[in-house]
Amino acid sequence: MTVSGNRLVPTIFERSRPGRGGAKVPHPGNAVLDRIPADQLRSEGPRLPEVSEPELVRHYVNLSQLNYAVDTGFYPLGSCTMKYNPKIDEWAARLDGFASLHPLAPDELAQGTLQLLWELEQALAEISGMKAVTLQPAAGAHGELTGILMVRAYHRSRGDLERTEVLVPDSAHGTNPATASMAGFKTVSIPSAPDGGVDVEAFRAALGPRTAAVMITNPSTLGLFEARLCELLDAVHEAGALAYMDGANLNAVMGRFKPGEAGFDAVHINVHKTFSTPHGGGGPGAGPVGVGERLMPFLPGPRVLREPDGRFRLEREGERPTSIGRMRAFAGSTGVLVRAYAYIRALGGSGLCEVSEEAVLAANYLKKKLTGILDVPFERACMHEFVASAASLKARTGIRTLDVAKRLIDYGYHPPTIYFPLTVEEAMLIEPTESESLETLDAFADAMARIVAEAADDPELLHAAPHDSPVRRLDETTAARQPNLRWQAMTGAQNPCPD
Amino acid sequence: MAYSPHTSDDRTRMLEAIGVGSVDELFADIPESLRAHGLELPPPDTEVELSERLRRLAGLNRVDLASFLGAGAYRHFVPAVVDQLLLRGEFYTAYTPYQPEISQGTLQTIYEYQSMLAELTGLDVVSASHYDGATATAEAALMACRATRRERVLVSPAVHPHYRQTLATYFAGGGVVADEIPLISEGPAVGTTDLAALEALLNDKDRPVAGVVVANPSFLGLLEPMAEIGRLAHAAGALFVAVIEPVSLAVLATPGQYGADIAAGEGQPLGIPLSFGGPYLGILACKEPLVRQIPGRLVGMTTDVDGRRAFVMTLRAREQDIRREKASSNICTNQALCALAAAIYIGALGPHGLRDVAALGAARAAELEKALVAAGAPRVHSGPYLNEFAVRVPDARAVHKGLLARGILAGLPLGDVYPQDRTLADALLVCATEVTTEADVAAFAAALRAELASTDGTGPASAAAAASAKGADR
Repeated sequence: MTVSGNRLVPTIFERSRPGRGGAKVPHPGNAVLDRIPADQLRSEGPRLPEVSEPELVRHYVNLSQLNYAVDTGFYPLGSCTMKYNPKIDEWAARLDGFASLHPLAPDELAQGTLQLLWELEQALAEISGMKAVTLQPAAGAHGELTGILMVRAYHRSRGDLERTEVLVPDSAHGTNPATASMAGFKTVSIPSAPDGGVDVEAFRAALGPRTAAVMITNPSTLGLFEARLCELLDAVHEAGALAYMDGANLNAVMGRFKPGEAGFDAVHINVHKTFSTPHGGGGPGAGPVGVGERLMPFLPGPRVLREPDGRFRLEREGERPTSIGRMRAFAGSTGVLVRAYAYIRALGGSGLCEVSEEAVLAANYLKKKLTGILDVPFERACMHEFVASAASLKARTGIRTLDVAKRLIDYGYHPPTIYFPLTVEEAMLIEPTESESLETLDAFADAMARIVAEAADDPELLHAAPHDSPVRRLDETTAARQPNLRWQAMTGAQNPCPD
Repeated sequence: MAYSPHTSDDRTRMLEAIGVGSVDELFADIPESLRAHGLELPPPDTEVELSERLRRLAGLNRVDLASFLGAGAYRHFVPAVVDQLLLRGEFYTAYTPYQPEISQGTLQTIYEYQSMLAELTGLDVVSASHYDGATATAEAALMACRATRRERVLVSPAVHPHYRQTLATYFAGGGVVADEIPLISEGPAVGTTDLAALEALLNDKDRPVAGVVVANPSFLGLLEPMAEIGRLAHAAGALFVAVIEPVSLAVLATPGQYGADIAAGEGQPLGIPLSFGGPYLGILACKEPLVRQIPGRLVGMTTDVDGRRAFVMTLRAREQDIRREKASSNICTNQALCALAAAIYIGALGPHGLRDVAALGAARAAELEKALVAAGAPRVHSGPYLNEFAVRVPDARAVHKGLLARGILAGLPLGDVYPQDRTLADALLVCATEVTTEADVAAFAAALRAELASTDGTGPASAAAAASAKGADR
């Protein structure tokens, strides 16, 4: 083992010894491959790890213990909505009827899943105030691309080919401008107003016959409701453009604000945020998109349809020629959608409204507790998250947001999102979610107060943090300059396999 | 409210601390005209009610038939250890490893996944994951365009139809064009890439080609002349994109071996449940010189300040949160947990076990071919296949429907996905894997015999079956 430090784990390749493992499937002789021409066969066996099952289990259990997770502690990662993931949702997705259903199974074999998907579409349409929903997108960014490609198809269907720009506020998630580029549009970045909201005048000045769409995150990435939304949406539609809402922050407003009713033409919903499907260490999620009347014809296929006799089916190939087409293979990330459905049914309409209330209540409470400890640039009531800043702390002590974040790890917390949004200096975007108890919120605020005190008393302690984590700060420069992206020293398995 | 830790006393204390009289005051920023008033959704289920509801819905699906359906998503045995480990909350309730000091578990598993897939594909760099095989293929094609600064790709029609449709959707924005490469229409190589036609397409000097996209095994199950295709692509300055199936790479020639620059494919066969289409695992791999063009996260090895080995997301300047509109893709959330499932699956089986899965599928498929030929359904093509192939039956849709009533899911009627190709109108695409049993094969053959005898192509049974089959179209 080349690792020092007793909490680290050797790679699975270092654990490998020829001859270990096996006995999972029967061993057919090599003759079964004789019918395949030799030049079509692998020239040497893959050098993959050979480990026994007990070693495999320890490997992954030990690795899991190096992770911080919602199941282990408070994870106030702003804009990511790291709420509790109910265990019944995991059970549900694993039910054999759901998990073993082939994506091309004829409709008559898939009635349970199709009904679930149809009901989920209806629920998401109600929550978003939209006319129709596609469940196909695999993630929020994938939903954005779906939405903006529909916008493109809409303008083209009207013979309006001059609309080449998408307007995005400078506080937006990076996915928004990246999506616009992928969909073939030029991104025009619009500066935010001093109060953190969209600058309606700046938008008005930029809107015109070249504008295809405006992408707005509401509540904004600063955790604020866009107070001048009506004016903005009117201006967008007057200019003949469409309004897209990044629904990453929907967890704040369920039952109190519906993007479709407000006049947005499309919205994506991150079910791994608002509807509590687990984040999985980076994914999978799902990014259903709701649309208004204008974009309905362009929804990707296949849609889930209910027949007059109450049975369900998937749209057939070519059934709706106005569709933008497929965004992926098969119907969608159904296993994720089963979890979201279970969550929605567990909460019901009233429960979802309470989720938003409690998320907003918790955020405002924590914001209040941190006021005076850190800068809190926007004093008005926040939604489900808020921005704090270490700008004054940095001026006073030289301690940056990064140092505070790393020190939080020593106190047993996952740091908030840092240096985002880009519009606030030394930003920390803090999202407690509705899942955290009062005691947790109080303890977090206390930890933050202690860290700020340490910044004055012992700044080196913070510069060097974290101290109590499996590894300490990493050499990211060398990682990027001399990328080591795969284990090179894998030993070969015996080839060909012994009969 | 389910899952809430807040008592009414807690809420009161929070409101007092904030200095407001009610939660409503916190929503005062929402303009009056935009306010919604609740949700018209069913009332909450208790967990007892919810579990019953979900069990009932799952029970409405039929997963008990003898299935020969593959077509891009495959039934495999998944060792019990895979799901047990996936249920570690430390893995599945974490997010993207933005804070590497407390994410080494996720980071190391991704690094190990990248290493395993590099070994399987014979390539150097593997992205941490994409959404699925279709989007990975579209990203691979876009990557070829960026790398060559060309705007035309050639795609085989024997790449999965859903992948080609996805690629077309992705291309709609960017001014990139996808042209089809003809397949050979007769002779021993029928159904595989027409090399002469490919060469002619590549030689169009006015329309230089960025990438050639071919699947091996193809959607039709056939093995393609990948080395020759690669040579032709490279001679024209194009990149070669192989669409792969990862289990097959335990026995078949790798993209690295036949000279592909990029590999894309669906990782579902590596221990991921069918789940009606997802969540799956988009595999994207490339040769080292293309590393700065590959979209999606990458994890690299480095050291911490104490010199300990550690892992971190790297080459981040390609990504949307850093580069915004100049990023290589908009991808953010990926399929990390599915990549973890694949890594555990590979670890559980080992190199010999993975080879056994692929070889046993091939063996079962050969038995299936023999049984179906004997029952009156000969193969459509004659070239070699691994574990999936097309057979000819009169009126494929009606036969498929009739077999369904006999408890057999007889693959996919190819006419559904190749409506223009008359040679495939009466074809069924069938597959076998290591979970296909001899009894399944015998039942399929017997049911097919009975079905062909009862319908005889013209009788009333066939017409009735054809009429009712309309509801089951894809």
